[in-house]
Amino acid sequence: MILRAERRELGSCRAASLILTQSACVLALSFCVTACALAQTSAVDEIAKYRAALQDGNPAELWEARGEDLWKQKRGPKQVSLEGCDLGLGPGIVKGAYTRLPMYFADADRVMDLETRLVWCMVTLQAYNESQAKKQPFGNGERKSDIEALVAFVTSTSRGMPMNVALKHPKEVEMYQAGEKIFSYRGGPHDFGCVTCHADEGKRIRLQDLPNLTTREGAQKAYTTWPAYRVSQGELRSFEWRLYDCFRQQRFPELLFGSDASIALTLYLARNANGAIFDAPAIKR
Amino acid sequence: MKSPLISATIITIGVSACVTAASNEEISSKAAAMLKSSFKANGQATLDRLDQDATQHLCSEFAGKAPPRDVAQKIEALNLATVKYPTDGNLLGDWKNGEKIAQEGRGKQFSDDPAGPVGGNCYACHQLSPQELSYGTIGPSLYQFGKLRGYGPETQRYAYGKIYNPDAYAACSNMPRFGHNGILSEQQIKDVTALLMDPASPVNR
Ligand code: HEC
Ligand code: HEC
Repeated sequence: MILRAERRELGSCRAASLILTQSACVLALSFCVTACALAQTSAVDEIAKYRAALQDGNPAELWEARGEDLWKQKRGPKQVSLEGCDLGLGPGIVKGAYTRLPMYFADADRVMDLETRLVWCMVTLQAYNESQAKKQPFGNGERKSDIEALVAFVTSTSRGMPMNVALKHPKEVEMYQAGEKIFSYRGGPHDFGCVTCHADEGKRIRLQDLPNLTTREGAQKAYTTWPAYRVSQGELRSFEWRLYDCFRQQRFPELLFGSDASIALTLYLARNANGAIFDAPAIKR
Repeated sequence: MKSPLISATIITIGVSACVTAASNEEISSKAAAMLKSSFKANGQATLDRLDQDATQHLCSEFAGKAPPRDVAQKIEALNLATVKYPTDGNLLGDWKNGEKIAQEGRGKQFSDDPAGPVGGNCYACHQLSPQELSYGTIGPSLYQFGKLRGYGPETQRYAYGKIYNPDAYAACSNMPRFGHNGILSEQQIKDVTALLMDPASPVNR
């Protein structure tokens, strides 16, 4: 597969090889951050420029392409593809599905986010057992995650569409309310909750800007830009990964993949992002 | 002729609202139960970290905003009673160590070495020494803290107590209770207090 990035000039980062480009950009970015700090301004403008420069050649495309292959390939003990998977709009309909998730699925009698639903389809259609399907939720260097690739593919087909999460089923309402509570739940040795870092405007940790996720605009801006290719990690990251890593910083124990707390928080933020145009997989520092 | 229909409708709406609308307490306890089943212990980050003490529990009700005055007073009294001052009466350690502790971001995450350093990470949230440009803004600038407030024993006691347990002075602070929760040792708290209070510290230059 040829990446668009490989044929383009990316501002100061010329792309002959993507790998080289990446590290050059990381260097350029850390230089930008230092320079901005010296000027006592936020690093956000430089990062925005950096993103704009790379947007044409987001390495997330590699994950999207691999995810599309995984979606169409006959896999698992039953040797069937995921094309019969119902992501909420009917079996096989991918486009737009992400803008409506998380949602209640009657067959599972559970509110599910995209990651959980993908695992469900791998189990029910392809006959993987659950632990096989959940084995590698997040990529780690050489060991890439099939789930993150599938997430990249599915979400990419919703790009440009408005977020449209309904709260109709009582279980959806219940999940949303739980998500709102969990967002405020403070605990652990540092007394942190999501609200510690994400309930005020214009705050930052060191030089990292913190979105206020309690406002509509804040939730919209953040939610519509995940999943994202993380330049600093060389990985595409799903929304569940974002939550997993924030809980780590919160000094909580390890968030279980596909857990109700993940789904509740995702539903809370996705619903608050309603109306905003989905624009991911994005690219982030 | 319409009125019976209308009142029937009102009753139906009323009843279904009663059926679907969970009380705030019910939602809170559902959320807490949900949390319990959503994590696994990882090294030092054990599951008991999900259990709240009274302060954490009360503070979770206000969605990151300040609690009403009466609740705040209760929380502050509760936390003030926990502040332990050093028995030798000396509140100021070595500001140079204090600077290192203020810089150190590691500690207490499941990804941190349990035998490794545990810092205060003060720069994550505060400006302190002017040489450090990479500072956060969750808390106020502490640049010139001692110089502006005076170096006297009362300010020393406040600074030490604040780091030990910030909720003693501002209920539901976003600042961790470093002493009360056992993040920093007494000596470490003395050292960061010196960073704020020693006239020779870069914070006050
Ligand atoms: C101790 C600080 C801290 C806590 C607590 C915290 N976060 Fe974060 N969060 C961050 C930082 C820092 C970033 C930005 C990371 C970056 O830029 O790489 C971030 C980013 C995010 C983002 C992505 C925003 C974007 O626009 O890319 C979301 C969503 C998020 N956090 C949600 C949460 C939720 C939900 C919780 C609670 C479970 C939480 N965070 C708890 C520090 C925190
Ligand atoms: C996660 C954020 C955070 C961290 C980390 C943090 N603080 Fe704070 N701090 C705050 C906030 C928010 C306030 C203001 C609210 C309050 O008074 O509690 C504050 C207030 C203070 C005050 C009172 C200032 C005044 O004007 O009265 C002092 C002193 C202080 N912090 C010292 C420290 C020291 C020393 C450390 C590191 C050992 C530290 N803080 C770490 C968030 C933080």
